[in-house]
Amino acid sequence: MSLQEEETPEIEADESELEALLDDLVVDRDDHMNAPAFVIRPDSVQETLGRLKNEAGYDHLSLVTAEEYPDRYESIYHLKKFDDPTDEVSVVVPTDAENPVSESAEPVFRTADWHEREAYDLVGIEYDDHPDLRRILLPETWQGHPMSRDYDQDRPQMVPLREHANPLQEDQRSDADSDTMFVNIGPHHPATHGVLHLETTLDGEQVIDVEPDIGYLHRNEEQMAQNGTYRHQIMPYPDRWDYISAGLLNEWAYARAAEDLADIQVPEYAQVIRTMGAELCRIAAHMLAVGTFALDIYGDFTAIFMYAIRDREKAQNILEDLTGQRLMFNYFRLGGVVWDLPEPRDEFFQKTREFVDELPDLLEEYHDLITGNEILQMRTVDTGVLPTEVAKNYGATGPVARGSGIDYDLRRDDPYGYYDELDWEVPVEDGCDNFSRLLVRLREVEESAKIIEQCVDILEDWPEDERNIQANVPRTLRPEDDKEIYRTVEGAKGELGVYIRADGTEKPARFKIRSPCFSNLQTLPEMSNGEYIPDMIAALGSLDIVLGEVDR
Amino acid sequence: MSSERELFRTDDAKVQTDTRDARMSGQGDRFNSKLREAFGSSPFILTKFDKFMNWVRGSSMFMLQFGIACCSIEMMHTYAVKHDLDRFHAGVPRASPRQADVMIVPGTIVSKFAPRMKRVYDQMPEPKFVVGMGSCTISGGPFQEGYNVIKGAEEVIPVDIHVPGCPPRPEALVYGVAKLQERIANGEASPVTVKPYELEQFGDLERDEIVDELASEIDEEDLVMRYNWADSP
Repeated sequence: MSLQEEETPEIEADESELEALLDDLVVDRDDHMNAPAFVIRPDSVQETLGRLKNEAGYDHLSLVTAEEYPDRYESIYHLKKFDDPTDEVSVVVPTDAENPVSESAEPVFRTADWHEREAYDLVGIEYDDHPDLRRILLPETWQGHPMSRDYDQDRPQMVPLREHANPLQEDQRSDADSDTMFVNIGPHHPATHGVLHLETTLDGEQVIDVEPDIGYLHRNEEQMAQNGTYRHQIMPYPDRWDYISAGLLNEWAYARAAEDLADIQVPEYAQVIRTMGAELCRIAAHMLAVGTFALDIYGDFTAIFMYAIRDREKAQNILEDLTGQRLMFNYFRLGGVVWDLPEPRDEFFQKTREFVDELPDLLEEYHDLITGNEILQMRTVDTGVLPTEVAKNYGATGPVARGSGIDYDLRRDDPYGYYDELDWEVPVEDGCDNFSRLLVRLREVEESAKIIEQCVDILEDWPEDERNIQANVPRTLRPEDDKEIYRTVEGAKGELGVYIRADGTEKPARFKIRSPCFSNLQTLPEMSNGEYIPDMIAALGSLDIVLGEVDR
Repeated sequence: MSSERELFRTDDAKVQTDTRDARMSGQGDRFNSKLREAFGSSPFILTKFDKFMNWVRGSSMFMLQFGIACCSIEMMHTYAVKHDLDRFHAGVPRASPRQADVMIVPGTIVSKFAPRMKRVYDQMPEPKFVVGMGSCTISGGPFQEGYNVIKGAEEVIPVDIHVPGCPPRPEALVYGVAKLQERIANGEASPVTVKPYELEQFGDLERDEIVDELASEIDEEDLVMRYNWADSP
């Protein structure tokens, strides 16, 4: 890709500096397609990451990948900069196969807490000094680590209720004489946006501790992807990560990683279609986010929720025309899209235009109903505060980060698709509270509409004999052995990434998903400790989590 | 103001409609259905109480607000403006299982969630009905080979109606619910008494002392039920 060629000298210059910085810690070098990788000893993780964060400015721990090789375990820390996400570096920590223990990165990056717990849960690497190393996605009673090599995937494990400790039996979290009360919220509760379990400790009406308990929708997306072939069998699964009709955005995450891995050039025409489809998805996803947020705040199941669903329905109709499905689009293919715009094209363009044209008016309605509503303002302004530095430390991205004043959007900062050719802006609010996250979403809808409008103009003028929707892709893709890549795109909820390690076969050896919601949800205790219960619910609503993506 | 003001009278000529005529004469097509004809002059009907109750149940379904995964998005659309499940007397979403009698299971059930779902189901009052929505609920769907995925809701709770699709369109769910109502109105829904799987193992045996003894050891409170224990992986 031409983009990469431009970057190459820059990265090399950085590399020598980084080498000098980490001189005494690096034991080996590795080469990932996206970034230089430094191999370090398992007991110098904090030292290395600390130096990279404080001295080299890598302040965004995007992902922790854990995997098992025949002779060793490996944790890979993918670091980025919030100022420039194309500036990446990976830290590879091999640990031995018999006794996989490595140092925890949690004291340096708070977000490593959950990421390492997941690595422990699924792969089986243990992290020294980790504050709370226990299972996160699977039940406590689970036997074995399912993503490790010797795990028997055919042996089912059922977990009856009696195996779970009943948290109501006795209050184990507080002193005998304290006045706190332990309350479970979820996993079946209308305010948790799916099957999320919140273990809250209350002092009167105030939340003094909340611990999200996830894993009630852990449906092995990574394993499913590892069992599928690159060309066709993986693409249906991304639709089901962030299932709030953000399908095309997710598909793009996989497409981007796999296309760069297999060196496939996507035709420009297909890129424009992708960009348009993805932004329609973003509108649909944000509409639901806004509707359910209002539902959480003042239980408005009638007006705002219905307005939001009405407008989502319009976006979904256009997407249905485009892709043939209502929710699980499965529209992208490696090297392009599966089919061209629907015929008659004029009708499709007209329909899309009408939708985009009326959006500003509709958004005015939303501002009238929601953001201009005093009750909502009283409930959301200055509640659920997430300061900028805390958000960065937790690796929060997307509208959550932009609501906390972090000007970070991969569509602009790490351009892909057709975004850098179009004219649009990244909305940022620095209120750091529930209200600014809502505002960011509403303003993003506006920007998405701008993008769609421009894409429609471009597509309309595209010459008929140059409508190339697919690159020439080999029937079977077999990327070289030990090629590793990590690519991210801006999903509806934030930075959605895919890490793939190829092993020379037609299936990935390791497929790791970086889901924005996973990191975003981790900030919930920071936002809600000390607040009232309804404010915690509001904070949860403003994070706009999708459990399919949190649990994967 | 004068008290001799003329009383207001409706000008019949201006408001006369077919409906009004029908109402006045009691003979309009709109009101005189086949059913009415069958009644004859008497407005009373005789029926069996059970039959009447089935009809009542089928005509007022209280749905449990229950979202698991992707299907629940389509389920929300089914409740909302365009599709409006309420038209079919099935649109009162209840947040608490204690007030609901239909549970739509919309999504993938994994090992950690299955016992919770069973608990929610158990909390619903009888008679209760279950609509399995989507491939995951039916069989595990695209995730069937996952280590963590329950291969269908039926391993945990009994399901009356399966609505296939990934996810089913709202229209499909409406059809499924309508079918369920039809079956309930005819008294055809599947038995709602849940038999825990251990009890099922004694199913063919005579209830002698040993079987009774073994059965009494089962704590039905905390069981995860499997309907087809032998065939399930």
